[in-house]
Amino acid sequence: MRVHAQRAGALLGGLMFPAWSMADWTLNMTPGVTGTSNEIFSLHMTILWICVVIGVVVFGVMFWSIFAHRKSQGAKPANFHENTLVEILWTIIPFVILVVMAIPATATLVDMYDTTESEVDIKVTGYQWKWQYEYINEDFGYFSNLSTPRDQIENRQAKGENYLLEVDNPLVIPVGKKVRFLLTANDVIHSWWVPDFGVKKDAIPGFINETWTRVDEPGIYRGQCTELCGKDHGFMPVVVEAVPEEEYNAWVAEKKEAAERERQLTQKDWTMAELMERGEKAYQTACAACHQADGSGAPPAFPALKGSPIATQDMAAHIDIVVNGKSGTSMQAFGNQLSEVDLAAVITYERNAWGNNTGEMVTPKEIFDYKNQQ
Amino acid sequence: MAVTGVFMSAVADTHAQDHHHGPAKGISRWLLTTNHKDIGTMYLIFSFAMFLLGGTMAMVIRAELFQPGLQIVQPEFFNQMTTMHGLIMVFGAVMPAFVGLANWMLPLMIGAPDMALPRMNNWSFWLLPCAFLILVSTLFMEGGAPNFGWTFYAPLSTTYGPPSTTFFIFAVHIMGISSIMGAINVIATILNLRAPGMTLMKMPLFVWTWLITAFLLIAVMPVLAGVVTMMLMDINFGTSFFDASGGGDPVLFQHVFWFFGHPEVYIMILPAFGAVSHIIPAFSRKPLFGYASMVYAVGAIALLSFVVWAHHMFTVGIPIVGQLFFMYATMLIAVPTGVKVFNWVATMFRGSLTFEAPMLFAVAFVILFTIGGFSGLMLAIAPADFQYHDTYFVVAHFHYVLVPGAIFGIFASAYFWLPKWTGHMYDETLAKTHFWLSFIGMNLAFFPMHFLGLAGMPRRIPDYALQFADFNMVSSVGAFMFGATQLLFLLIVVKCIKGGKEAPAKPWDGAEGLEWTVSSPAPYHTFATPPEVK
Amino acid sequence: MTDQQVNNSGAPRGNARVVGWCLAGVVGMFAFGFAMVPLYDVFCEITGINGKTGGRYESTEVAEADMTRTVKVQFLASNGPGMTWKFRPVVRSVEVHPGEPTTVNFYAENPTTEAMVGQAVPSLAPSEGTLYFHKTECFCFNQQPLEAGESTEMPLIFIVDKDLPEHITKLTLSYTLYDQGKQPAVTQTSRKDTTTNDNG
Repeated sequence: MRVHAQRAGALLGGLMFPAWSMADWTLNMTPGVTGTSNEIFSLHMTILWICVVIGVVVFGVMFWSIFAHRKSQGAKPANFHENTLVEILWTIIPFVILVVMAIPATATLVDMYDTTESEVDIKVTGYQWKWQYEYINEDFGYFSNLSTPRDQIENRQAKGENYLLEVDNPLVIPVGKKVRFLLTANDVIHSWWVPDFGVKKDAIPGFINETWTRVDEPGIYRGQCTELCGKDHGFMPVVVEAVPEEEYNAWVAEKKEAAERERQLTQKDWTMAELMERGEKAYQTACAACHQADGSGAPPAFPALKGSPIATQDMAAHIDIVVNGKSGTSMQAFGNQLSEVDLAAVITYERNAWGNNTGEMVTPKEIFDYKNQQ
Repeated sequence: MAVTGVFMSAVADTHAQDHHHGPAKGISRWLLTTNHKDIGTMYLIFSFAMFLLGGTMAMVIRAELFQPGLQIVQPEFFNQMTTMHGLIMVFGAVMPAFVGLANWMLPLMIGAPDMALPRMNNWSFWLLPCAFLILVSTLFMEGGAPNFGWTFYAPLSTTYGPPSTTFFIFAVHIMGISSIMGAINVIATILNLRAPGMTLMKMPLFVWTWLITAFLLIAVMPVLAGVVTMMLMDINFGTSFFDASGGGDPVLFQHVFWFFGHPEVYIMILPAFGAVSHIIPAFSRKPLFGYASMVYAVGAIALLSFVVWAHHMFTVGIPIVGQLFFMYATMLIAVPTGVKVFNWVATMFRGSLTFEAPMLFAVAFVILFTIGGFSGLMLAIAPADFQYHDTYFVVAHFHYVLVPGAIFGIFASAYFWLPKWTGHMYDETLAKTHFWLSFIGMNLAFFPMHFLGLAGMPRRIPDYALQFADFNMVSSVGAFMFGATQLLFLLIVVKCIKGGKEAPAKPWDGAEGLEWTVSSPAPYHTFATPPEVK
Repeated sequence: MTDQQVNNSGAPRGNARVVGWCLAGVVGMFAFGFAMVPLYDVFCEITGINGKTGGRYESTEVAEADMTRTVKVQFLASNGPGMTWKFRPVVRSVEVHPGEPTTVNFYAENPTTEAMVGQAVPSLAPSEGTLYFHKTECFCFNQQPLEAGESTEMPLIFIVDKDLPEHITKLTLSYTLYDQGKQPAVTQTSRKDTTTNDNG
């Protein structure tokens, strides 16, 4: 039944003027880049043409009367005021047209509701006023905020091409795979819409909603929140990057790694003893070659760390030199070479070993934050 | 007070007809009147004032949307404007205008001396200025006026609403009581006070549509009262009707609200259907085509209106069986509505047409309301609605059915019956000017909104992406034009009240009905003895 | 002329009757508006439409697991607005056989300096699956008090009904954790009564 209905819908849609006639103007809906969006576009064009034809007929009769049945032109009024046959016909014919229209509409709706067999699952949470995307099978997530500068909104700067439709961290999904979205909200009702996908679903606090898409073409697709959610309802866009599968997998791997690192940093409460133990190991691997295992170094080329101002006084300067190195010397920038955990451990170790005994420690999170501030 | 002066002179002419002293003098006349004509007048004046107020808010909205960027107002205030514009237009302009027309014309049309419950009638009216004083005063309260849309979905309106929300609820209750009392009055009047011989199927269409509208009001205004009471309880008394954390459901709000909300939009259009069903036959000099089907169609529309509410909720996550049911039921409403449009056209066909102002507005009503109906049919297609919902396509749809629908219906009625009310013909040239400027302005304002919605512009946003700029500018220009033109209407009405060509009892040669048998202006008391209806 | 109707002497009585019926209608519809609340709840419980998985499941018979198929059950955890607890499922998902009782845990931690009480509210997708998802034990049945700094693992024991339609192979259970205030309830208030689902 579903197949027949789909075929009927495709036939009906195909008979009606195809997408090419309207697709490039901003007069019409986009056919989009998914099967769903194209089916919706066909339904839209079909019902539009039905309405146009009915309108032309009905208004045609009316305009004819306005022209030909004017008293000023000498028209005399007829007296008829009913015709049962005509009335039955113009009740039944619209009814039949509607039934015919309902069949492909039903098929498309059934299809849109089928969220089974998805390959990627993403949780979308609406906040006032931003979206959060969590890749639930991959254990990472992030927020997506409007990135249009305030200056543009307040007319102090010329508006960019994607004014109000750009974000800091877009959603990334693979092309050609069925992606299932699980939607909820943190505070009030929001709604997630990407016109090019033909996907819109309300995000309701305390409840989980489902929808899905399968994007056929790589690209960047932009949408907006479509449920009034407070003052910045118009300022929380949706941006989705659909990329080829390998690119997606690489991106996911990168994000997972970053998330794992972040988790290591924030979820673990590092004790001094743990940092010292790890720091000693890291020091041996990365620093002892120049600064010696006992911290005495080989001045002047490799300063001593034992008793040095760098390792016992200003913490910020110590972090800076380890992370960023010192130009003009052999001291490299270890910020990119060592993980945040190792950097924190090594600095903690240097500040407490060999009698330095500052009692101070640096956490991996602090290093992470320091690096992000730069 | 030029207005009262005119009405008093109208009364003085008919002093011989009754043995009372005529209306009281001064302000107490208006405060204490139980006369349906006076009360009708007050409703109409009140509704026009609210129309101008709500229209001013629309001007603020369109001024901000004239260009991308935030120029004039901040988003918080913009949301107050959209909310108040909707509330004032729906509850302050359209509904009271139709009640005003009902008050003036129903007794005249059925040959009754007044409404069935004249004192309740007075109270029904005076509740309205009180309610709207409260509502409008929220603009000046701390936190501002309601800012959650006229549809006030929870939890935005409950947990996250401004302090004035409680006053909003209070205003809605008062206004609801007014509507309910008005509806009871209409039903009692129509069922009990018809002149002998006027059976139900001999009633004029305006009477029929108001009878059915009154039943709709009785059925759904209490549900609105219920939902705002639940809101009040959630906000102030710790209940969790709509709060998931307490076991409630925000979607429940939407179900209850739209159970009221959908019949409400039919409440806002059925009386216009009735009025237009008087005007088109009059100016076609031909009887209304298919009287019986017109009556059945209105009945069918009213019944169906109770089972389509969730078409406002296609994207909330209703299971597919529900979506399909509501889609089919909504599509079905197109059938009786279409029948009415065909009947109006068939009335005009082979008539002898003239195009005075009432007919201009009535013909524009048929064409443009039908266009609104088409976009409504498109919205009914549930899968397509996922692309239309909460975009400017919806805004275009409902402005087409409400502005050239309800509002033009009211203008048409006003021009049609002004001679009866005032005893003078209005200035036909100015009225035609009002029509053409309104027609052009309205189309410029709202037709581009179809394109904006299809191109992806959401509703209720104070600023938009650059691809929406051109049509927004056109729309704003049209809106300013439409808004300014309504001041011309004010001028026309005032001018007509003050003077003009004397109007006979029946200024429109094709008009039918008991209302045209009394002199113009209608005497203060009419049909003290009921007429015989054959 | 006052409001005496001289033309129809039966009208005052007729008016009273119409007014009476109309007022009855008004009161009835107001009551109906409120009745919609429990009606909605009952309708949702019977049909499972809004994804709420209901109360404690008590089955009368011991069901055997259907080993011919597995269903993937995913777990999601969200915090309500302003809720500062750490809240996450211990495992992201499990593959279960319909009919087989399964236990999973959710981790919750109160990182603040005050005792707090949380309440988890469940929601299931797709909603057609709601009637087939039975919880014999769930931390969402009760409020969860945690002292400052305290953490806990909270159990969920569930059975996916064997009659789950074939085409559903994945269920997603989401909990939203809400802040119920700083003091625990005087008595442990349990959530809804037993579910009306009677799929044995």
